[in-house]
Amino acid sequence: MDFFTEYGAILIITAALVGFFMAWGVGANDVANAMGTSVGSKALTIRQAILIAMVFEFAGAYLAGGEVTSTIRKGIVDSAIFVDRPNDLVFGMLSALLAAGCWLMVASFMGWPVSTTHSIVGAIVGFAAVGVSVDAVNWGKVGTIVASWLVSPIMAGTISFLLFRSVQKLILLQDDPFTKAKRYIPIYMFFVGFLIAMVTILKGLKHVLKDNGASLSFLESAGIASIAGIVVAMIGSYLLTRIKRDMSLEEDNRFANVERVFAVLMIFTACSMAFAHGSNDVANAVGPLAAVVSIVSSGGDIAANTTMPPWILLLGGGGIVVGLATYGFKVMGTIGRKITELTPSRGFAAELGAAATVVIASGTGLPISTTHTLVGAVLGVGLARGIGAINLRMVGSIFLSWLVTLPAGAGLCIIFFFMFKAAFGQ
Amino acid sequence: MALSNSISNIFGVSPVKPLQNHMAEAIKCVGHLEDFLEATFQENWDAASTVFEQISADEQSADKLKKQFRMHMPKSLFMPVSRGDLLSIITQQDNIANLTKDICGIILGRQMVIPKQLQGDFIGFSDCSAETCRKAHGAINELDELLETGFAGSEVKFVQKLIRELATQEQKVDKKEQKLRKKLFNIEANLSPIDVIFMYNIIDQIGGLADTAELIGNQVELLLAK
Repeated sequence: MDFFTEYGAILIITAALVGFFMAWGVGANDVANAMGTSVGSKALTIRQAILIAMVFEFAGAYLAGGEVTSTIRKGIVDSAIFVDRPNDLVFGMLSALLAAGCWLMVASFMGWPVSTTHSIVGAIVGFAAVGVSVDAVNWGKVGTIVASWLVSPIMAGTISFLLFRSVQKLILLQDDPFTKAKRYIPIYMFFVGFLIAMVTILKGLKHVLKDNGASLSFLESAGIASIAGIVVAMIGSYLLTRIKRDMSLEEDNRFANVERVFAVLMIFTACSMAFAHGSNDVANAVGPLAAVVSIVSSGGDIAANTTMPPWILLLGGGGIVVGLATYGFKVMGTIGRKITELTPSRGFAAELGAAATVVIASGTGLPISTTHTLVGAVLGVGLARGIGAINLRMVGSIFLSWLVTLPAGAGLCIIFFFMFKAAFGQ
Repeated sequence: MALSNSISNIFGVSPVKPLQNHMAEAIKCVGHLEDFLEATFQENWDAASTVFEQISADEQSADKLKKQFRMHMPKSLFMPVSRGDLLSIITQQDNIANLTKDICGIILGRQMVIPKQLQGDFIGFSDCSAETCRKAHGAINELDELLETGFAGSEVKFVQKLIRELATQEQKVDKKEQKLRKKLFNIEANLSPIDVIFMYNIIDQIGGLADTAELIGNQVELLLAK
């Protein structure tokens, strides 16, 4: 089709720029929510948190971001409808990116609740349903995604609740919690290592292995992930030996030293949180870009089953890192300073519960909100009587934010969609 | 950039530390009681009024802390303990400061001197009552450890032990109160009737300090029960 040979380059460059901006926004804004709990509980300094976030957000985006990206790229819309009109899909995806980007910017400056996941999903559904036809939306998939938005906070809450209860039983309620903490915490570290390794092997390395004609059975993967978990636990155990009991800290609070042990664990859960966040949220930025690239490069052939070029995830991961470096540290400082009530023994339970949920969602290709998941996890710890005070009104407003974000993303996207169509005279 | 969607907004101020700070302030008032009484026994009213000023200042700062505490307790807070229980604990804690100030205020205002033969018992009684308050403070000081353990296990048993000790202490105060009343009754005919009425009143209020402390203990026990 001439359209794509004529305008292909400009379309891809536009999509890449906006996608990079979105990734920048994720790095500048969203990551702080994922990592703020570690900074607030003083387990990490802002500098350490930024460094961990840079490495693990990038790793998560690059190694495990493919599934969700593919959902955003071709799962939400019904490709069959667009076979005769690939231009509309390209315009739509560009509009969705622009709409989500604008909404992210406006809402951030106004202080409104933003969720990149909800705005991008809302935008894509919006242009497809209103701009093209109601049948252009893959409603079954959208239903699953919306259901996952309800399930993910509950699941994270349940895992965090159980994690905190296990910590109570194994460590906090024991006669010598300090020694018990040193004994049992490596187990949690093992889970962190296992989780990241498993998702990386199953989702990230799958393609690499396939290209080399090799494949791993589930059991083999689990075995390798276990070895990774053991290595992580060993590194953690070494770090734990450097924590010496300082009795002067215990005058005010007998658990001060126990919390110092948990702070080491929190370094590891922060890594898993950053990895999980990168794996899920990178898609919001580069999913539409991936769609544009695949249609343009195949000359408008929607049915062609092109694999996603690796530079797309690299661009997304890179954008997140740049966002962190240029602005994210500021937001992280603000959020970290405000979270002072969360001690490492609770922070880790919340982070690990949320990270596990997000990583599972990333593996199944479901775009979910990391913030919502983390809020669910914090509530789970709260239900186990672990947190001094949770402001339920704020919890409500965070959960309601997606109700606002969906129509906003959709509305903006529809406007952009018709503007594009008019501009290209179609 | 405002961050209304930030996760940090969901964390309210934990009630434990402010509650403990308030109790520490109220206990300061009680701590001055002995100095105050010693000064009145020597009829050194200048010294007594200096101590009283201290008590008033501490009572006022406790009052401020109480107001702040209530301001940070919106109904939308989800806490491991009930909001109502916390609010009644802080009311009782504040009563300790108020009662102490009232007791000293009346003694100072009337320049009331406890008869020599009662002074030993009187100071013993008031110390015993102050000790009950300190035991209540001890229980309140365990709240952060209770929160850390999630209100379970041996920490709960430890706090229950503290509360039992508090109750025993309160019974001691009751016994001393009865004894003191009896002694006062034996000599009351020789004293000015108005003075005697106020002495009974003061004894009653000092006993009231211990009762309030015990109420705090009971409230803490309620926190454990849930």
